[in-house]
Amino acid sequence: MIAADAIVKCLEAEGVEYVFGYPGVAICPFYDSILNTNIKTILVRQEQNAAHEASGYARISGKVGVAVVTSGPGATNLITGIATAFADSIPLVCITGQVDSNLMGSDVFQEVDVSGACESFVKFSYIVRKASDVPRIMKEAFHIASTGRKGPVLIDIPIDVQKAEIRKFAYPETVSIRTYKPTVTGHAVQIKRVIKELQKAKRPIICVGGGVHLSSGAREEVRRFVEEKDIPVVCTMMGLGVLPTNHFLFYGMVGNNGQAYGNRAMNDADMIIMVGARVADRSFSQPDLITENKVLVHIDVDPAEIGKNAGPTIPLVGDIKHVFEEFNKAEISADHSLWIDKLDGYKDDTQNASRRKRHMYSSTMTEEEINALTVNPEIFIKRLSRAMNDNAVYVADVGQNQLWSCANCVIKENGRFLTSGGMGTMGYSVPAALGAKLAAPDRQVVAVCGDGGFQMTMMELATMKQYKVPVKIVVLRNNVLGLVRQYQHFTYQDRYSVIDLGDSIPDFKLLADAYGIRYLQIAAVEDMDSGIEDFLSDDEATLLEVIIDPKLVV
Amino acid sequence: MKRIYSVLVENRSGVLCKVAGLFWRRCFNIDSLAVGETEDKNVSNMVIVSSGDRRTLEQIEKQLNKKLDVIKVKTFDETESINRELMLVKVRYNRTNRKDIMENCEIMDAKIVDMSKTMMTIQMCDTPERVQIFLDTLRTVSIIEIARTGTLALLKCSEQGR
Repeated sequence: MIAADAIVKCLEAEGVEYVFGYPGVAICPFYDSILNTNIKTILVRQEQNAAHEASGYARISGKVGVAVVTSGPGATNLITGIATAFADSIPLVCITGQVDSNLMGSDVFQEVDVSGACESFVKFSYIVRKASDVPRIMKEAFHIASTGRKGPVLIDIPIDVQKAEIRKFAYPETVSIRTYKPTVTGHAVQIKRVIKELQKAKRPIICVGGGVHLSSGAREEVRRFVEEKDIPVVCTMMGLGVLPTNHFLFYGMVGNNGQAYGNRAMNDADMIIMVGARVADRSFSQPDLITENKVLVHIDVDPAEIGKNAGPTIPLVGDIKHVFEEFNKAEISADHSLWIDKLDGYKDDTQNASRRKRHMYSSTMTEEEINALTVNPEIFIKRLSRAMNDNAVYVADVGQNQLWSCANCVIKENGRFLTSGGMGTMGYSVPAALGAKLAAPDRQVVAVCGDGGFQMTMMELATMKQYKVPVKIVVLRNNVLGLVRQYQHFTYQDRYSVIDLGDSIPDFKLLADAYGIRYLQIAAVEDMDSGIEDFLSDDEATLLEVIIDPKLVV
Repeated sequence: MKRIYSVLVENRSGVLCKVAGLFWRRCFNIDSLAVGETEDKNVSNMVIVSSGDRRTLEQIEKQLNKKLDVIKVKTFDETESINRELMLVKVRYNRTNRKDIMENCEIMDAKIVDMSKTMMTIQMCDTPERVQIFLDTLRTVSIIEIARTGTLALLKCSEQGR
C-alpha cells in the first residue's frame, strides 16, 4: 500500500462521503487511489469553490468537509476558501499536493509554500515528510478540525511521499496531542456565578453567535433554556437561525446592519450573555461600551475570544451544549414579563418607523409608488423565504443581498441560514449551497446572490449540472456592485468608481440554457408571487433572475 | 508594561516562524526573543519579552496557548524571575582610554575575551539593566559591533509552584 492509498483509507475511516477538488500532477497519486473506494469526488471548476463547497457541506452535515487540490496555483486558489472557513470556524481538512520533497525549496514548477502562506488562517497545518506519518496526521487533522473551536486544517503532501510504500496500515483509534486539549466542560464555579447573576437580573438578554450552530446539539439546549427561563434572544449574523425568526423571544440581529430594536434591547439590558460570538466589529461598533452598567457573561469554547474585544464580568470557557445542559439543570424563578413587554414595544416602534423612512433615496415618490413599479428586494426576500420549506437552507452571498437577507429572511422552525459572515467572501453562496445540497439532498437549498458575486462563481453551474445537484439560485440583478455603490454614494458624494457591471453582464437566460438549467425571471412586481411559486415548485436546479433598482440602498 | 513569556514549544521546523509570525500578524511587540533547547531535546524554550497594555499582554498569552506547537506558556514580570542577557561588544581602543575600559569592565564584572592591537571584544553576562548600563559606559569609545542574545529568564526558585 502506498501513502495515497492510506490517505483514502483514512478518509473512509472518518466516514467521508464527498471529496471536493481539482486534480493536477502533484495530487495524482491520491486521485488514483480514490478510484478504489466509494467516496464520491466532485470536480469543481475553480479550487476556491472546493473549499466553499466543503464548507457548505460541513455546515449542514455537521461533519468535516474535505477539499483536495494540487500544488502551486491549485493550492493558492484554495486559499480564499480556507480563510473564509477559518473566519467562520468551519471544520475542513484541506489536502494539497506538493512537489517532490527533494525539490522543495528550489522554486520548481508549480511549487508554492502553501502552509507558510496559510499559517495565520488555518487551525493547524502539516507538511508530510514520511509516508508512515500519514495515518497519525490524518487522524489528528480530523480531530483538530472538528473539536474545540472548529476550523480548517491543511495537509501538504509531496508527490513522492504520496507514492511511498507503507508497510503496515493501521488507523489510530485515539489521538494524543500534548499541545491540544480544548476545554469542553464549563467551569462549575463560573456556571454557578452565571446562574446567580441571572437570578438577580431584571433585564437579561442572550446574544447568540455562530458557535451555537457549530456545537452539535447546542441549538436545542439554548432554545430550551430561553423558553423555560423566559429570556429574550438577539443574534449576530452568524447566529441567525438559532431561533426561528418568528419566535416569541427573538428580537432580531444586532449590529450596524441589524435591527434597531435588537440593538436597543442590548443597550437596555442589565445582563448580556454572549454565546459563541466574538463581540466583533460588525456586531458591536464599540465593544468596550457594552460592559457599561451591565453584567457581561461571555461563553466561548475558545479562551482567546473571551476578553479580546470586551472584558466580561464572567468569562466561561466551554462547549455551548455542555454549558447550557448545566444551565438547564438550574432553577431560576425570575419574572421577565415587564422586560419582554418593553422589548415588544421597541419592536413595534421601529417596525412602524422603518416603514416610513424606506430606503429609496433618489426619488420623490413614496415607497408605495416605488414598490408598485420595481421589485423591492426586501419584500421579495420576505416572500421567497416565507414560501420556502420548514427545513430549507437559505444561503446568502455578500453585499447588499446579504444585508437584505439578514434583515428580511424568514427562517422557519428547522431552517438554516448560511453566509460568509467573518470574511465576507463574494461568490460564497453558490458553491456553499451546492455543498449543502449534497449534505442534505432532501432539503430545499436556495442561494441568494447579487450579479457581482454570482459572476465570481457561476462556473459552478457546470458542477451542478455534472453531478445533478438541484440548487436553487436567485440572482438579484441591478447591474452594479450595489454595496460599494451605496458606500460611494454616501462617502464620496456619488463619485462612482469601478462599480458598473454595465452591459457586459451575460444574458442569464442564455447562460442557464447553456448549462441546461431552468431559468425564470421576475422583472415586474405583479410577477413576484407567481415567480416565487414557480421557482420553488420543483426540485430542479433553477436560476431566478430578479431585476431590481440599482439605486436602492440598504 | 513589560512581560516575559517563557514558551515551551515542540522542537520542530517552522515553529519559530509560526510564533514570530503570530506576534507580527497581531501587531504584538517583541522586545527580545531567545530560543534554545531544553533538557528534553524535543522541546525548545523561547523566552520572549514583550510590552503593551494589560489586554494586549493577556491576548499574547492566550494566542500563544492556542498554537498547536506550544506546549506551555509561563509568564512573569521581571521581579519574579532571574533574567540574564549575554552581550559581546567589539570596541576600538587607544592608549588613552584603554585603562578606563578595563576599569569599567572590572566594576561591571565584564570580561575581555579577545584582543588585538587596536580592538578588544568584551563579554558581559548580566541582567538586562546592567548590560545596558555597561553599554552606556562604552558610549565614549568607538563601538565596532555588538551582539546580544536577548533576555533569558527562569522563574525564581522562591516563586516556583506558587
